[in-house]
Amino acid sequence: MSSTGELRHTALDALHRSLGATMTDFAGWDMPLRYGSERDEHIAVRTKAGLFDLSHMGEITVTGPQAGALLDFALVGNIGGVKPGRARYTMICRADGGILDDLIVYRLGETEAASSEYMVVANASNAQVVLDALTERAAGFDAEVRDDRDAYALLAVQGPQSPGILKSLTDADLDGLKYYAGLPGTVAGVPALIARTGYTGEDGFELFVKPEHAVELWQALTKAGEGVGLVPCGLSCRDTLRLEAGMPLYGHELSTSLTPFDAGLGRVVKFEKEGDFVGREALREAAARAEQNPPRVLVGLVAEGRRVPRAGYAVVAGGEVVGEVTSGAPSPTLGKPIAMAYVDAAHAAPGSAGVGVDIRGSHEPYEVVALPFYRRQK
Amino acid sequence: MSNPNELRYSKEHEWLSAAEDGVSTVGITEHAANALGDVVFVQLPEVGDSVSAGETCGELESTKSVSDLYSPVSGEVTEVNEDVVNDPSLVNSAPFEGGWLFKVRITDEPADLLSADEYTAFSAG
Repeated sequence: MSSTGELRHTALDALHRSLGATMTDFAGWDMPLRYGSERDEHIAVRTKAGLFDLSHMGEITVTGPQAGALLDFALVGNIGGVKPGRARYTMICRADGGILDDLIVYRLGETEAASSEYMVVANASNAQVVLDALTERAAGFDAEVRDDRDAYALLAVQGPQSPGILKSLTDADLDGLKYYAGLPGTVAGVPALIARTGYTGEDGFELFVKPEHAVELWQALTKAGEGVGLVPCGLSCRDTLRLEAGMPLYGHELSTSLTPFDAGLGRVVKFEKEGDFVGREALREAAARAEQNPPRVLVGLVAEGRRVPRAGYAVVAGGEVVGEVTSGAPSPTLGKPIAMAYVDAAHAAPGSAGVGVDIRGSHEPYEVVALPFYRRQK
Repeated sequence: MSNPNELRYSKEHEWLSAAEDGVSTVGITEHAANALGDVVFVQLPEVGDSVSAGETCGELESTKSVSDLYSPVSGEVTEVNEDVVNDPSLVNSAPFEGGWLFKVRITDEPADLLSADEYTAFSAG
């Protein structure tokens, strides 16, 4: 993404530089791409643990008696029904059904007052769009939408060793903390919202803290993870981790030109919830359209060779273009290039014969597989 | 990062060894390898191919991107490094040694190849 102004820096910027990180412009933020080998970082998260700075993510707090009702109106999911202390993956759509962003909404818990408070976490590149849409959609609701992007730094510990690392630093009941749940607590003496979420396909935690506590927390986590193989990780391996886990990325698998039904994620749209919501009518039509005339399907592709498919490359079969790659990378776990792609329904079944990707003029053979490529053993 | 003194360098970040019997070895620099990230695929010219200075003769694919490989000189390819085809990570781990890419019998070379010091200044800038 090109940037006209100055890049924004997270509270951990100096620390990243002292660790020798290669930095990159990500949605206007100067973020660590990798510290050493992105492949080694990827494997550390799959087998041990990795530590990420995700402070570029956009936090928006929604409070007030009608906070839940506002989110039910503004988003496609059933947010009022989320229990205190739990989180939900959802989307915000335009009136025409196009996806503005995919979101995680945490309903804060523990106290009566906190239970009418929600934290919406938007992608960095869409944070302003989501903030503007929520603010506009809040008209008439007894609820406040607050821009909290500067109020939080976000650190993530991901990988099989992450529960052990975190347990050594907190009294919070991590065993009672389910996947897609969050609770307030203290980690290494720092107040934090501890969430069991991530974007890597592994068990792990995301820790929302005040920016002035970020360095202290990073150092404490680094020290706690020293003996079990925790390494700092950049956004490059986060992308290959989420790709192996079959998780969509806004701007690649999701966009305003697709509805959730076109993206194969129609299940996030809850028509049964009470009251109207933005996009309901268009999404009804999109659901019916998808039923009658199946849209292109998001599938996995695994290379037989070693050339890597990239976003935008054509998927071909029998000399015809039958789809388009949305994300592609060499998979450290599979040891082969993999991709997500939207392909015509006729070629979307796992094992479909004769499917290839046009890699700079040469049609390389690919196997169609069901997503995800990787599922952790529980 | 140190660039060996005995090599010469192109502004496309290739290195070229001193010729032995008219044949030089070509690779990419450590600076270039670091900028690419983990190299996962290399496509090299074939033995017998004619390559031209400053023109594309292959590609280097890393986790995040694909980059053209340019030849720093004109000539005929006499050997390619099969080890690096089988294990592209050699480009990252030993760019000036086991990660060499191809050998070329030089017919012509541009006048603006850089010395190690010049290249170090160029790649830092």
